[in-house]
This record gives sequence, C-alpha cells and structure tokens, in this order.
Amino acid sequence: MIRSITRQKPMNEIEHLLDGMDRIFIIGCGTCTTMTRTGGAEQVAAMSEDLSSRGKVITGTTVVPVACDNLTADILSEYGSRMNQADALLVMSCAYGVQTIGTQLGQMVVPAQNTLFIGKENAAGQFNESCTQCGTCVIGETGGICPVTACHKGLVNGPCGGTNNGKCEIDSNKDCAWTLIYNRLNELGRLDVMRTYKKPRNHLGEPSPGKFNIPAD
Amino acid sequence: MPSAFKKALDSGKFVVTSEVAPSKGTNLEKMAHHVELLKDKVDAMNVTDHQSSVMRFPSLGGALLVKENGGEPILQMTCRDRNRLALQADLMMASSRGINNVLCLTGDSVMLGDHKAAKGVFDLDSSQLLAAVRTMKGGKDMAGNDLDGDVNFCAGAIVTPEANPIEPQLIKFEKKIESGAEFIQTQAVYDMDNFKRFMEYARQFDVKILAGIILLTSAGMARFMNKNVAGVMVPQPLIDEMAAAPKGGALKKGIEICGRMIAQIKEENICDGVHIMAIGKEEVVPDIMNAAGLI
Repeated sequence: MIRSITRQKPMNEIEHLLDGMDRIFIIGCGTCTTMTRTGGAEQVAAMSEDLSSRGKVITGTTVVPVACDNLTADILSEYGSRMNQADALLVMSCAYGVQTIGTQLGQMVVPAQNTLFIGKENAAGQFNESCTQCGTCVIGETGGICPVTACHKGLVNGPCGGTNNGKCEIDSNKDCAWTLIYNRLNELGRLDVMRTYKKPRNHLGEPSPGKFNIPAD
Repeated sequence: MPSAFKKALDSGKFVVTSEVAPSKGTNLEKMAHHVELLKDKVDAMNVTDHQSSVMRFPSLGGALLVKENGGEPILQMTCRDRNRLALQADLMMASSRGINNVLCLTGDSVMLGDHKAAKGVFDLDSSQLLAAVRTMKGGKDMAGNDLDGDVNFCAGAIVTPEANPIEPQLIKFEKKIESGAEFIQTQAVYDMDNFKRFMEYARQFDVKILAGIILLTSAGMARFMNKNVAGVMVPQPLIDEMAAAPKGGALKKGIEICGRMIAQIKEENICDGVHIMAIGKEEVVPDIMNAAGLI
C-alpha cells in the first residue's frame, strides 16, 4: 500500500496564508492524512480550536472520505452554504486533495500540510520513499532498489564519498542506498551489474507535468 | 600537449600537490599569498569547489588566479551545482585559459553547507564527469556534437581507502579509472599498514595514486574527524602523540607527524606521491615538506 505522506505546516505559516481571511471552513481527509494523523477528525478538531483562538470564525468542518476523489465535490455539496460563507477552505489533505477541491469548487483553497512523498509502508507505521516516478526506471540493474530515490544525490554508479558505516552523509538514520544495493546484489551473486558503468540519466523520461490518457479501444 | 602536472606524474618522480581554498568574497589576497608561497614547491595546487558546500569564490576563478600567478592548478569540479551543460561549458573555459588538470568529484550534499535550501543538481556523478572530459578531449560534446576546438585535461578523481564498507567504494574507484581517471587523490590516510594493503590492490590499475595527508592541528581535531568525517580514521597512538605535545606545540607536532608519514610513503615507495591538505593552514605546507625531507 502506498500513501501520500504529509507534515503539517507551522502555524505561523498557516496564519500567514490565511491573512485577511477571517471566515474559514476546514476539510480533512479520511484516507492518507487520517492514517498519518495529520488531517483526520482529531486534527481537524484541533485546528478548528486553534484557529478560533487566533480570532478566526470557523464556518464548519468535515472530513471527506477520499479528498483526491472526483466525487469529493458531490460529498461536499451538503456543506454548500457554510463553505460559501467562508473566505477560504483550509484543506488538511495532501496536495492532491487540495488541488482536487480547489478545481472542483472554484473557491480559495489553502493547504494545511506540506506533502512530503509517496510512502510505502514497510513496517507498521513506518513509511519510506522508494520511488519518485522518474520515468526512466533503473532498478533492473540495482537489485530492485531505486538509487534515484534512495540515494540522496540520486547517483547511479555507486556511492559517494560521504557514506559512512552504511549510512547517508545527510542523516545517520538514513541508510546509504549503495550499501543496500551492494549487499543485495552480493547476495544475488550479481555484483557484475553494479560494476557496469551507467551513462548519465535521462532526466526527462516524462517531462513535467506528466500526462497520460488510457488508449481508446 | 600534456600539462606540467601530467608530465610530473609521468616522470616517475614523487609528486606533491596541495590545496588553496578560494575566499568568501572577492578579496583574493590570501589565496594569492598561498599561491606565491607554494607555486615553486609543489607540482600542482588543487583549487576547491565550494568545499563542504559553502559558497565561495569559484574554483574556476581560483584556478585562473593560480595560473596567472605562475602556479599549476588542478581545477576541482563537483557535480553538485551545475548540470551537464554548465559543466561542459566550464571545462571549455578552463581549457581555453590553460587550466589543464581537473579533479572530478560528486560533491557534498548542499545540506552540509551554508545554503541548505539550495537545489542539489547531481545531473552527473563523478565517473560520468570523467567520461564527459574524455569525450570532450575527443572533440565531441556529451550529445555527440562536434566541438570547434577540443579540450586538454589530465583528469583525476578521489578514493576513500578507509571507507566502511570498502567494497562499494572500490567498485566506484574502478569505474572512475575505466572512465578516464589518470590520477587519484585519496581521502586522508593515517594508518600506513591499512594504506599499504589498499595500495597492494590499487597497484593493479594503470593510475597514479597520491596519498591524502591532512595536517592535524590538535588531538581534538583528530577525534572530531574520527567521529564526523566519513572514511577518516586517525589511530589512537597518533591522537596520543598529538595530546602529549607541549602547550602551544600541537601545530609543530602535527607538522612533524605529516612529515614523518610523507617521508615513509616516499622512502618505502608506497604510492606515487602525496596530496597535502593543510586545511586553513596552507602557509605551513613548506614546513611539512621540509619535515618530510622534500625541500
């Protein structure tokens, strides 16, 4: 299962984003931000209380089942009048949900979260970023571990000089991707693929913004 | 036409290089002073490229200053701040101005430096930059287009002989040689027995190896490096020796230790030369060379 991983913005930033807008409607999400405890019912209630204490008028709150779903606008329609009274919708989903709601409702939306990465849950409650959807997958030559994502520098020819005791130079809590890849390929008896020089990557496998249409039958 | 540094490497002599660090700002007096002090003593001077990701005067500008003041520059070039267009452009600029040695590095993370929110580029890695230099020496750019006037470089790279684990580093080391590295500067080495074991392995490759020598200025610095610098291990007896130095005598002791290590490397013909890094104390490099019996 993959989830959109978020972290709430600092309150002073949220206050700045809401500057001049006094009436706020708050929307949480019942999927990823509920799971990560950044935008579920409890956090929406806490945000409502916090903003009230800062002098905002909260015209209403709700937690939609899946904020990024195309049906979100229909679900929100029952709150129409209370949302219309608001100067802004403060959305406590990931950025996919914020954009969905902004597009569907045509109201000013403000994100309460920073969306960090698409996380894969590897152990209960532990999420890691393991793919950045680069468009030119290299993991066929790395034992199935993505160095574009798992290496801080996205190196494809082996570790940098900053790796230390199997950890990354930026954070001793993060594994060095190339130590993991070396160990995996060593176990598989396939270090030959690590020894092969990799040419500079194509950084525009799918030029941003990505777009895809299901082919017609 | 090979660079003066390349000629020194090929001559079979014991090669000595050092470093000059570009300034934070446009006052280049200190750098010029170091160049003046070292240019006739060492075979070449590395000019660091925003070392530790701290924004400084550019290595290309520093290398020009070395050149203009009669020294032999080695242009350090990291992949942290420039994509492949900018790297190739700077290589052409350097070559056109007589800077004909380049040290190809991946570069530290921007998070280690003083502009922590900057975008780390890493379009290429060190082995790919080496390959790009080789391609350009052949009169083509990385896209396969002809260059009107090619580049001339003696290209090098680095290795960390004390890395843990060592095996992934050695695979990268071999790729760097395969990609065209003609010389290798090592991360600081202090344990000569370990370094000799590394050299037994490295001797099989057609590449010149310069042992990295970092000047110790205190026992605390040695302990700090052991704790914080990847792949640097100062053995306890050396730390004890530094700690036992009389008050105010630590720098002198550090110079003595450097000199002793360099003399041993030369005496026992362990590798092809040394790269002296007297971080922030470049003015004592002649003292180190003197202590080593090189001048």
